[in-house]
Amino acid sequence: MITLENVAIEQGEFRLTDVSFSIPAGAYGVLMGATGSGKTTILEAVCGLRPVAGGRILLPAGDVTHLRPSERDLGYVPQDGVLFPSMTVAEHLAFALHLRRWPAAAIRRRVGELAAMFAIEPLLPRRPPGLSGGERQRVALGRALAFRPSVLCLDEPLSALDSGTRQRMYSLLQNVCRQTGVTVLHVTHSRREARRLGDTLLRLHDGKVVRDAATAPRNPQTEA
Amino acid sequence: MPTHNTSPNPHRPPNDARFYAALGVLGGFYVLVIVALLLADLAYMATSDATEAGWMPDVARRISPWPAVARAPANVLVNLLAALAKPEIRYAIVLSLVSCTITAIVSLWVAVPLGYVLARVPFRGRGLVDLILDIPIVLPPLVLGLSLLILFQFSPRAVREAVVYQVPAVILAQFVVACAFAVRTMQATFQLIDPRREQVALTLGCNRAQAFWRVVLPESKRGIITAGTLAWARALGEFGPLLIFAGATRMKTEVLSTTVFLELSIGNLPAAVAVSMIMIVAAAVVLAIMRLAGSREWIL
Repeated sequence: MITLENVAIEQGEFRLTDVSFSIPAGAYGVLMGATGSGKTTILEAVCGLRPVAGGRILLPAGDVTHLRPSERDLGYVPQDGVLFPSMTVAEHLAFALHLRRWPAAAIRRRVGELAAMFAIEPLLPRRPPGLSGGERQRVALGRALAFRPSVLCLDEPLSALDSGTRQRMYSLLQNVCRQTGVTVLHVTHSRREARRLGDTLLRLHDGKVVRDAATAPRNPQTEA
Repeated sequence: MPTHNTSPNPHRPPNDARFYAALGVLGGFYVLVIVALLLADLAYMATSDATEAGWMPDVARRISPWPAVARAPANVLVNLLAALAKPEIRYAIVLSLVSCTITAIVSLWVAVPLGYVLARVPFRGRGLVDLILDIPIVLPPLVLGLSLLILFQFSPRAVREAVVYQVPAVILAQFVVACAFAVRTMQATFQLIDPRREQVALTLGCNRAQAFWRVVLPESKRGIITAGTLAWARALGEFGPLLIFAGATRMKTEVLSTTVFLELSIGNLPAAVAVSMIMIVAAAVVLAIMRLAGSREWIL
């Protein structure tokens, strides 16, 4: 689960106070908000990339409010994926596993699993320049999920994609969430995207996070 | 209601030819000056008779009846060889190569962490440090040499005698200037790298050191090569601080830049120009490396 209790974030002139919300374990949470409203700031605070001035952040790893990003057991996919230009796709997928000193055979197996899950097997020896937008996002997702984190944070992952690719990604993201049981916090400005994907819908408005009125159990058959 | 396409309203600004001509003249003038300098050196060596090479009179005798077209390159070669034959100049070449390489390596060891801190870590007094790092670049070289000399007046006598007017002084004087250039290059390199990559690395499980080694450094290879070659070239050309702090003692602290000065001061112009040509070739090689490293991903 992801729980924020009265979190306050200050960044220069910009400040958010009393941010509280909760996403149940294994659920797909979507935080909607207009551009510039601060939703990326909240996401970065959850990831530990931005200090909080007050309140608590609770993840499956515990009270992570003052922990470093590396200690929070979460995967992060920023906008545009942000791949490492000098590494191959295979090295991206293996990056977190090398850090955790997994044995080489286990790393190879896991890279194979991820490549199959995200349909990027043919891309394994290639480097980021030359990959399409959809391919980059899939590699970034694979990289973030390689070490089986309990939380996945996505910052507008689909905004740069064309609508066909985006539709395919919707299915992929939902499958990943269901199969791995990871708790997702997906930040977006698109209401349609939120409705399509979210189990838990949240809205950031005037510095406050509220449950979106339209939250309802998703029915995959009614949403084509 | 008036619209935008009622009647044709042709508009013609003045011709661009004059603009391009002005750019060409201003920029081309400077390029021509540089080329003229190089050609002058070459022409001097091609026309200064090989007899001035002193110790190769029979070679000079055999060259002099040749037609000018063949004599020119032969003269250049003989003058170069005559310069290389002098043991002092050979020593200066070796000392230059060794000291510049050491300076470049030590400069990188300082410039990479310092450049990273300046590019990434906001700390109080950063503006002041920035200013201080500009000093070796703008300070007159003679002042730098003098300041080094005075600094070592305060050091213990044993240290002073081991350094001042000895080989370590050559490296130190080169380093003080070359490192400033390397730091600026590395700072610019790291600033160009998206900090979000390190942020992603942190979430994947890196601490800051691991993020630096595994993500930032591999991407900075070209910048490091550029910084290193820039430091090397700057060290090769260093003269003022060397003269004052290391002296220009033949067979001890003489490097190629002081060789030119020394040969000139004893009136041996062909040797001075010959050594200058050697330095020009070295600089050209360094430039070629920098261009190659900067133009494409040849290290991946």
